[in-house]
Amino acid sequence: MNDYIKKTDKYGKIWIWTAAIVIVMVPVAICIAYNAWPPIIPLLKGLFGVAPMFWTVGVIEVITYTPMLGVGGTYLGFVTGNITSIKAPAALNAMQNLGVDADSEEGEVVSTIAIATSSIVTTIIIATGVALLTLIAPILDSPTLQPAFENILPALFGGLGVVYISKNWKLALAPLVFMVALFLIAPGLADAVGVLVPVGIIIALAAGRIMYKKGWI
Amino acid sequence: MEFNVNSTFLYVVAAAVILFVLAQSVFFLVRAYRRGKQLGMSAKKLRSVVFSTSIFTIAPAISILLGVVTLSKFLGIPLPWIRMSVIGALTYELPAAKSAASALGIELSQTITDPATYSTVAWVMTLGILPSIILPPILMKKIKGGMLKVKNKDKKWGDIFMSSLFLGMISAFLGVVFADVRSGLPGFIPLFVLLVSAAIMGICGLLIKKLGWKWLETYALSISMVGALVFAVLISPVITG
Repeated sequence: MNDYIKKTDKYGKIWIWTAAIVIVMVPVAICIAYNAWPPIIPLLKGLFGVAPMFWTVGVIEVITYTPMLGVGGTYLGFVTGNITSIKAPAALNAMQNLGVDADSEEGEVVSTIAIATSSIVTTIIIATGVALLTLIAPILDSPTLQPAFENILPALFGGLGVVYISKNWKLALAPLVFMVALFLIAPGLADAVGVLVPVGIIIALAAGRIMYKKGWI
Repeated sequence: MEFNVNSTFLYVVAAAVILFVLAQSVFFLVRAYRRGKQLGMSAKKLRSVVFSTSIFTIAPAISILLGVVTLSKFLGIPLPWIRMSVIGALTYELPAAKSAASALGIELSQTITDPATYSTVAWVMTLGILPSIILPPILMKKIKGGMLKVKNKDKKWGDIFMSSLFLGMISAFLGVVFADVRSGLPGFIPLFVLLVSAAIMGICGLLIKKLGWKWLETYALSISMVGALVFAVLISPVITG
């Protein structure tokens, strides 16, 4: 790691550990302010209802997205969230537009700028929306606009996909065919698409390794 | 202090958390921008990243705002505002809130009035998402070290490795649009939206290449996304009747 990335790692760790404390302090503040500590058994029961799934997804996401987002992008992206729907596509799109590799220092810089910008814009839009909520809630809730909100990911990945697939169509073939077949056979897996990202990666890597060894790519 | 899901106290807590997140984002943005200039990247190029990302973020950010609206019906505004600005996503927060409520033997059908219920929901939401924030600093060295090892051993394979990561992720999100196609024509809507987005991006690519419209690179993803979303709004009532 060069000096810039080393320092980014150091500052990133300080920010993310501070963020962890800030996030935990929210329920602590609620409990102290209202003298309302949660009953332990329902708390554990409630946690048990979501933790196995979401802790697994958390581990998978960190391992999967860290190489794509870079050091600064990872420390920032995992605090601000919405990695799949905003941060990773924003980083990929920016690196693609500038023609920089994700594992180069330029890629690190561009990915961080994209993720920081999208975090700021998202935070401002949510804050503005909260301030104007009574005005905009009926618009956001309107049935006319629901198809748009339900299709954000296809609209996003259609455009992004065409760029990456056209550049690496041979490498894209195996994971794409597998995923299409999988979701046709087992549509119920759609809710667990985040967990299936590493499966797609493993298939792409295995197919890529074979094609590379055979000199096809 | 009397409990209210929209109390001034909770708004102050929310504002403090949001300011922290903004400060972190600005810190990383300024550092990366300065480093980009040191590396010889032009201010114009770096500004184009900021500009294109800003435009592209608007539509998904509005859908996140919709998550705040959904959750605010049970939890008021401040807690969903915090959760959707830090780590959270509606796909996680709603099940977490529902799981906590069901463990307490209540249903999330109206605004919470009991502070203990509210604090239980807040704890479940927070603890459930914590690994996403704790793991990056713990695993960073191992993951980056592993990537470097692959790259140093064989540069070409390192590039293929990196592309495989991107394509594995993209494949999963492209494949998922086929999940509902067996349920009939309405199930094809996500697939149609994806194809329209891809087609618009293809047209943008042609315009960039054939007509030399380099400026379009900045907007291509936003245009294809918004175009596909407009298509979704128009086609859905026609298909679903």
